[in-house]
Amino acid sequence: MNKFGFNIATTRSINLDSANLSKSAALQELVPSYRYCIGCGACSATCSAASMTDFNIRQVHFKFSRGQYDGLVDELNKCMLCGKCVLVCPRGVNTRALIINMRKLLEE
Amino acid sequence: MSNRYWNEYQKEIADDHYFYERSCIRQTFFPGSEAAFLSILRNELGKDICDNPHQHTCTGIGYHSDVVPFNTTMTVVARLFSLMTECGYHNYVPSCVTSFGVFSEVIAKWKESPELKEQARQFLWDACKREFEVPDNIAHPSDIIYKFRFDLKPKMRYRLINRFTGKPLRVVEHIGCHYAKIFPNIGIGNAEFPYVLAGMIEAWDGEVVDYPERRHCCGFGFRQYLVRENRGYSIANTKKKFESMEPYEPDFIVANCPGCAMFLDKWQYTIAEMEHKTYDKEGYGIPVLTYEELTGLLLGYDPWKLGLQLHQVQCERLLDKIGITYNPSEKYKGVSGRINPSPAKPDCLRV
Repeated sequence: MNKFGFNIATTRSINLDSANLSKSAALQELVPSYRYCIGCGACSATCSAASMTDFNIRQVHFKFSRGQYDGLVDELNKCMLCGKCVLVCPRGVNTRALIINMRKLLEE
Repeated sequence: MSNRYWNEYQKEIADDHYFYERSCIRQTFFPGSEAAFLSILRNELGKDICDNPHQHTCTGIGYHSDVVPFNTTMTVVARLFSLMTECGYHNYVPSCVTSFGVFSEVIAKWKESPELKEQARQFLWDACKREFEVPDNIAHPSDIIYKFRFDLKPKMRYRLINRFTGKPLRVVEHIGCHYAKIFPNIGIGNAEFPYVLAGMIEAWDGEVVDYPERRHCCGFGFRQYLVRENRGYSIANTKKKFESMEPYEPDFIVANCPGCAMFLDKWQYTIAEMEHKTYDKEGYGIPVLTYEELTGLLLGYDPWKLGLQLHQVQCERLLDKIGITYNPSEKYKGVSGRINPSPAKPDCLRV
């Protein structure tokens, strides 16, 4: 603790002007349906891995699209690639392909 | 059509005969501001303004920190109104934006629930046998300076022009949240387009900086600041504003709220000490002025009599840009004529 007895709280806001969106842009090229997501959460609701772990595909998608890549590899490794999320998506997003390609991009 | 809509964003401001109420904290942090305002009204504009010595707090800081209940606030406000009534005035002018919000809130409550007003009358009578009338008009002093900005302009010795470059000075205006965010229709330009300070800057040839976090809170927030462990949230708001305005390289900040002017000024020191970061290129920080100090400076008032030496971020570089003459050797001269010792210098912020 410094001489003032408090620290400057860190903001939780994301500045898209300064965020690194390169991987997100690359993902749009690899999986074009990525951009159709409306964040309804049907994928998370039906997720098999989520019933056993704290995996949340909607949250991963949200962070990835805003350039918040820290810790996402561990999160994505919780997915079993069962593909139920693809079946329930009302927008036809290929969520399984999203997860596979997010892993690839993050490991590059 | 645009004029018709803009009319909805105007407010009525009394022309003359004001009852002034001083702020609790301004005379400590900006000791020349209130005296400058009274002088501007009386000597420059020829207006009548009453400065009653029996005034007291509005309870705003305690009220917004949840330590003063509303009934107490209402009764204290009623006593202030009774002073105005006793002096024969009808136009109330609270120096502080917090007070301005408190008075507006109490009056709005009394309009919604007239029984609360009768209750306040009874409380006041029981406590001190006084009676009051509700003011016909409540205006913040910045409203009044705004109203007479074009009358003041011909009397001004200086303009908001950088004398080295010939370009308008870039000014960040910060309006206190309680000015118009609680009751939008009591502020010039409403809460959407608050124009009270921008109008002054534009009238006096400056350029208003429109930066992304322009309408963000300064970070005071009462409870956030009063409890030391919470101050990290307070300063985080201020830092967010500074980071947002930094790329626009403002020459100075002008504020109409005591808390905002104080925090935007003092937190620059704290951020510099904690993170070795200042928000101008040369490490001096961005000067922060009250609107009375700004008006007084342009009218040719002595910067040291306005109390600029008490600011954390020192203003000499700004005075040089405007072309204001000042005597450096009198910076710490007291009213007795004795030269006081210079204060200690911060480690990181240049002064």
